[in-house]
Amino acid sequence: MIRSIIIGVLAVAVVGTGYWGYLEHQEKNAVLIQAENNYQRAFHELSYNLDHLHDELGSTLAMNSQDRLSPSLTDVWRITAQAQNDLGQLPLSLLPFSKTEEFLYKIGDYSYRNSVRDLDQDPLTDEEYESLKELYHQSGEIQNEMRKVQGMVIEDDLKWMDVELEMASKDEPLDNAIVNGFEVIDEKVGGFSEVDFGTGAKEISADDEKIAENLDGEEIDEQEAVNIAGEFLDREGNLEAEVENTGDGLAYDAYSLLIEDPEDNHTIYMDITKKGGKPLWLLEDRQVESAEISLHEASEKAKSFINKNGFDNMQLVDSKQYDNVGVFNFAHLHDDIRVYSDSVVVEVALDNSDVIGYEAFAYIANHKERKPSNQELSEEEAKENLNPSLEVMEHHMAVIENDLEEEVLCHEFFGVIDDDTYRIFINAENGREEKVEKMDRAEPVYDFD
Amino acid sequence: MKSQEIRRLKRMLFAALVCMQFVIILPSMEVDAFTDQIIQKGATGDDVVELQSRLQYIGFYNETIDGVYGWGTYWSVKKYQEEFGLEVDGLVGTKMKQMLKKSTDFDKEYVHRMLEEGRKFTYYGDTPKDIQKGPKGSKDQKAKQEHPPSPGQEQEQQRAPEGEQPEQPAAEEPVPEEGAPAEEAPPEEVPAEDTPAEEAPQEQDNDADIQKAINTPEGFTDNDIQIMAAAVYGEARGEPYVGQVAVAAVILNRIESPTFPNTASGVIYEPRAFTAVADGQINLEPDETARRAVMDAINGQDPSGGVEYYFNPDTATSDWIWTRRQVKRIGKHVFCE
Repeated sequence: MIRSIIIGVLAVAVVGTGYWGYLEHQEKNAVLIQAENNYQRAFHELSYNLDHLHDELGSTLAMNSQDRLSPSLTDVWRITAQAQNDLGQLPLSLLPFSKTEEFLYKIGDYSYRNSVRDLDQDPLTDEEYESLKELYHQSGEIQNEMRKVQGMVIEDDLKWMDVELEMASKDEPLDNAIVNGFEVIDEKVGGFSEVDFGTGAKEISADDEKIAENLDGEEIDEQEAVNIAGEFLDREGNLEAEVENTGDGLAYDAYSLLIEDPEDNHTIYMDITKKGGKPLWLLEDRQVESAEISLHEASEKAKSFINKNGFDNMQLVDSKQYDNVGVFNFAHLHDDIRVYSDSVVVEVALDNSDVIGYEAFAYIANHKERKPSNQELSEEEAKENLNPSLEVMEHHMAVIENDLEEEVLCHEFFGVIDDDTYRIFINAENGREEKVEKMDRAEPVYDFD
Repeated sequence: MKSQEIRRLKRMLFAALVCMQFVIILPSMEVDAFTDQIIQKGATGDDVVELQSRLQYIGFYNETIDGVYGWGTYWSVKKYQEEFGLEVDGLVGTKMKQMLKKSTDFDKEYVHRMLEEGRKFTYYGDTPKDIQKGPKGSKDQKAKQEHPPSPGQEQEQQRAPEGEQPEQPAAEEPVPEEGAPAEEAPPEEVPAEDTPAEEAPQEQDNDADIQKAINTPEGFTDNDIQIMAAAVYGEARGEPYVGQVAVAAVILNRIESPTFPNTASGVIYEPRAFTAVADGQINLEPDETARRAVMDAINGQDPSGGVEYYFNPDTATSDWIWTRRQVKRIGKHVFCE
């Protein structure tokens, strides 16, 4: 009797302990993951900020007007501070990481001093310009090293907690990829000669309210939506589609279509507005495995696709090949002026030249009749507002949205400084430097074997 | 110490093997490799490698040969077209390819091998090949010294003059510094004939002038895309494709939004933002579909309707999320403003 009671109690105790241990283990894991996530965030942000720093320094180099330079230098200063902050969150305190910190400090100091000074009265001297250049090149090297370490961390799924554990048991010399990578960066920085410090036309707004405002025409019903889709996709006849309504979260109403392509059994997704029946976007779910046609052929296909579907006067402004897919950006052309806010993106599969993606949010939200804009400055006059060291390669007229989200007519210049390509928008009315962008380069493929 | 020596020996052996292969293959390599396609800006692949090599051969292109038709290549092509009276449109068609073929030399095998090995090298027509793959730092030294050609090199040098057609443009072109044979420069160590052991690249492989590259969307690095793909995979694997694109779009919408961090990693690793991050699922290896979804979202696709939130109605624990205005349901997720 007593024996069985003792056995029972012991059994309960064992199970209880096991359960308690399990909970503890769970908790410990949760905490570990959280700590790891914090480190990962700091690390990836550091990498982003170093990337960003390099680009911003590059843009600064291409700028001419002083009223653009100050904000840009302030930005450099801000990014530097963020990078220092990220660095401070990483468990690297036991490593000699002083040189990189010092480098960041110097860039921050330089940009701060020059952004608060009145550059109109007291412009940058030639030496200061040279040091800016030097800083730009050095930050490029750090960026490159950092991307390599980041790529390695991602590819091999390296953990910061392992670094910490390894550092805690610091008997042997550290042999950890992350730590070694950082040591390389620090060495690189140490190798820089002393700098003499001396004394995305992307943000096109396409919110749903703008789309709703810009829609006109009759409301269509579900069957009409399906017909429109069939015509759009060049697959007339009995197209089968599941149709759903979008919820009330959007300012406009639309149908979401799910189409099973009868020819090859791929799924095509598509949204069409109720009012006016405008296709907003379309996507085909398909991994494109090979490239049979050239990017150029695909761009012709994309062109005929948008012409057929009622977009007139569109110009191809950018094309890129990602593996086996061609992505094409078109902008509306109005009196030979590129209107970047009225843009359409078309994706073409390079295996069978099918259109597998289309997106026209910005076009539908922004396209309207535009008045002829008044151009005060000629190309030559606008050129005088450019940085003298920029070698101009290409010129267009363009309408962009500036920082205040106003549409402005600009001279668009593509130019080169030391192998880097920049895009600069000069306001055609007042000569203001509206935007300076450094264009991305192709990214090297890092090989870690 | 010992293992280092063995490694060096191995490397020497490897280099010798590679070199032998080179000598054997070389004579049979006069192939016209350009395909019929018109090469357009943004393209990638072997035709672009050939284009860059040929342009570099005559000094029109001095950047890295990477197989991506980017801005640098674009300007070189336009400069070439302007100089030789072709239509200046940046499209490389039949006519330009024929002209390039006539005036330049392209050793496909060689260039692609360098590309695979990530060696530092330049491809200027008047630089003998054996010193094009000099050790790290050779680019700055400008030390290109004349030396008696070995049997293997003789072949190459014979082939070079063949390229000197009437319209040889290299003559008027300023020869870029990499290719300039500067006499006063200190003699570099000349590799002994057919024993390429000395030039076995000890360190040059981490600073290459020829390197494979890929297109990345403006403003995003490949690492950013990788992190986002991991997040999408962790959050929405098994969901319909369009749902994965929508999740990627939500991440992008958050980056753009003033109320969220403005980097991909900031948004993704924000505490309590994504369950897949909190429970460590983000560390799973993402598949191609997740990556494709991220690319589609970066290219502008947004099935979510521009929103910043989504949730799984079966598992959502927060009441607050139900108060948001819903846009649509895709698979298991409800997307809301």
